[in-house]
Amino acid sequence: MKFSVDRAVLLKALAHVQSVVERRNTIPILANVLLAASDAGLRLTATDMEIAVVEEIPGVTVARPGRATAPAATLYEMVRNLPEGAKIELDHPGGDAPLALRAGRFATSLMVLPVEDFPAMTDGKLPHRFTLPAATLRDLIDRTRFAISTEETRYYLNGIYLHAAESDGQKVLRAVATDGHRLARVEEPLPEGAAGMPGVIVPRKTVLEVRKLAEETQDEIEIRLSDTKIRFTIGPVSLTSKLIDGTFPEYERVIPRGNDKILRVGKKEFAEAVKRVSAISTERQRPVKLTMDRNHLLLTASSPEQGQAQEEMDEGSVSYEAGPLEIGFQARYLTDITDQATDKLEFRFADGAAPTIVTDLARPEALYVLMPMRV
Amino acid sequence: MPALCRDCFASAEALPSPCPACGSRRVLSHPELFRLAVAHVDADAFFASIEKRDRPELRAKPVIVGGGRRGVVAAACYVARLSGVRSAMPMFKALAACPHAVVIRPDMAKYAAAARAIRALMERLTPLVQPLSIDEAVLDLSGTEALHRAPPALVLARFARDVEREVGVTVSIGLAPNRLLAKLAAGRDKPRGFAVLSAEEGRAWLAGQPPAVLPGIGPALARKLAAQGFATLGQIAALTEAEAAQRLGPEGPALAARARGEDSRPVSPERETRSVSAETTFEADLSALPDLERALWRMAEKLARRLAEKRLAAAGIVLKLKTARFALRTRATRLPAPTALPETLFAAARPLLAREADGTAFRLIGLGAQPLAPIEQADRGDLADPEAPRRAARHRAIEALRAKFGEDAVKRGRSLG
Repeated sequence: MKFSVDRAVLLKALAHVQSVVERRNTIPILANVLLAASDAGLRLTATDMEIAVVEEIPGVTVARPGRATAPAATLYEMVRNLPEGAKIELDHPGGDAPLALRAGRFATSLMVLPVEDFPAMTDGKLPHRFTLPAATLRDLIDRTRFAISTEETRYYLNGIYLHAAESDGQKVLRAVATDGHRLARVEEPLPEGAAGMPGVIVPRKTVLEVRKLAEETQDEIEIRLSDTKIRFTIGPVSLTSKLIDGTFPEYERVIPRGNDKILRVGKKEFAEAVKRVSAISTERQRPVKLTMDRNHLLLTASSPEQGQAQEEMDEGSVSYEAGPLEIGFQARYLTDITDQATDKLEFRFADGAAPTIVTDLARPEALYVLMPMRV
Repeated sequence: MPALCRDCFASAEALPSPCPACGSRRVLSHPELFRLAVAHVDADAFFASIEKRDRPELRAKPVIVGGGRRGVVAAACYVARLSGVRSAMPMFKALAACPHAVVIRPDMAKYAAAARAIRALMERLTPLVQPLSIDEAVLDLSGTEALHRAPPALVLARFARDVEREVGVTVSIGLAPNRLLAKLAAGRDKPRGFAVLSAEEGRAWLAGQPPAVLPGIGPALARKLAAQGFATLGQIAALTEAEAAQRLGPEGPALAARARGEDSRPVSPERETRSVSAETTFEADLSALPDLERALWRMAEKLARRLAEKRLAAAGIVLKLKTARFALRTRATRLPAPTALPETLFAAARPLLAREADGTAFRLIGLGAQPLAPIEQADRGDLADPEAPRRAARHRAIEALRAKFGEDAVKRGRSLG
């Protein structure tokens, strides 16, 4: 294998693929990136056995087709440190011989591992296919990912549950995540081709990688999936991931229906007040207490060591018609929601101990459920 | 003087020895016998006594329980003690002092079972039972006379007999007005003893003793006190509060009070329990994950039951494995929410077990709950598991059936494997 490529092109591709390589792993080949040069161009592959990222790079001058594997992190570091505009030549005579990298006066030879040992993860049929605009996918992820659980016991909560559903007679694609204390549910009109798809749980790491890749594009993103795998194709990059083999809880049952005490509050004022009041305690678990009365909201927080803080909000930014109510939430759960909200939030309470619904009034496609804390 | 016979439980305002009713010489008399209510109970040479119970041929032989990794004496029977063997002595020293001793490796599971049986007998006497260690506890029987229709001294004498009959080991009892004197009394008449110490006797006795006799005065403090000229507890007891503070520092007044035999610590059944656990040693070593999982499930059921008995829940779990070569592996994890349900305990322990099941042969598996939480906080369910309270209720119903109709009345599919 022998080819030459612009530093910028190779660097960008390496950045994409090396990101899935686990820093600490016990299987040496997984630290490597697979380089495959053919007449069509160069293809880079990296995998951690759960996720495989493949990037096609056209515009590569291939002198001699072939394949080799090299340590992803080392290769990335070297390419990153080469001067801008450098032209890089990679040369591998085959077999166990080292991979030579030359750029200007710089030359290195990297140890390779056998190409045959590199695990193939991208095989298998993916019968369901649909596309989403990159912005839509970003939105689905951003408004749910904070609720993904990291708890090991309930591994089936360690991802976003993506499935087709019906909402008020409309067919929708839904993304749901919960850690047991809060639940985020976001929906978009069901894209063509997604109707027959199975419900799948996309693992957290995959979600985060896809989010990074989706940052750079405005194009349509193609999603293909089966019961066990999902593939996102984002421009020249395709990411294939295993799915979490488990059953996502029947979340609809925990979304309360009859909550009738309604608080509407300006997002900006509320978010700022929560941040100010909760600064009293560094302890993450301490609640912010909301005390409501007619068109009046009092936020309070306290810490046994530091003291107490409070802030009042009234008609200017609050509307509340129901009877007096006191309820507490973990501050971070509130700010995770306000960080994604646009203008006005609506809280729907039942009482101080029951799950509460939060929605973004301008974008009702996102719905959050919060468990209160005892205050 | 009030007296009672520790064998036939005859009691009277006066009783000669031997007992006129049964001829026993174990007649206990003391002016305050029927007025004192705080008892310290200590099992005699506990581990060694259990081994002798199970192997009657060892009865007259010196028995040392110990060895294992740390190589020290865990318990020595009274025969071995005659040769100078003491608890915590390095094994080589113990064997030098008593070369014919029979050395037995500790079987903690067996001792724990006996300790639980003794604890259960104690809890019939009073709710105020505070375990201090596996073989020691303090009980407050104040106000139980109407319930038992007998004064504490008599109730305790019967308890000692019940332990001998039902558990097969002997205990020594100290009866006094407070915890400190009860402990001192229990140490005075061992084994199979019953000593009574009133406040006045306690104070008078302590006055003549060196400071090191008082629990809590270790060698370092004893040296310090000796350096200050305190040869007896009487000298410390005589200090006024101000003098004690001045000469002995902030702890001085409390020390002087204890030197007088005063102790205001209540007997608090608030668990000193830091963990609850269940473990089992396999008949044959296991290495396959499905086999280990079946054993884990049984431990989860057992642990759940022990937690329920104590009205506790697990906020975290500890998986314990011992390899065929006796290497101990423990793996712990916090739970997202406290639980007392076997399936939830099992689900949390399962990934820990799966990581260890790498073909290694194991001889023992254990599952512990640590830290603990009150059962009221357990299995309340959350957004991802709204069914938890119903599962908890179902579990309690099954347990109730088992308690009524026996262990096999209801079985889970999983345990039939």
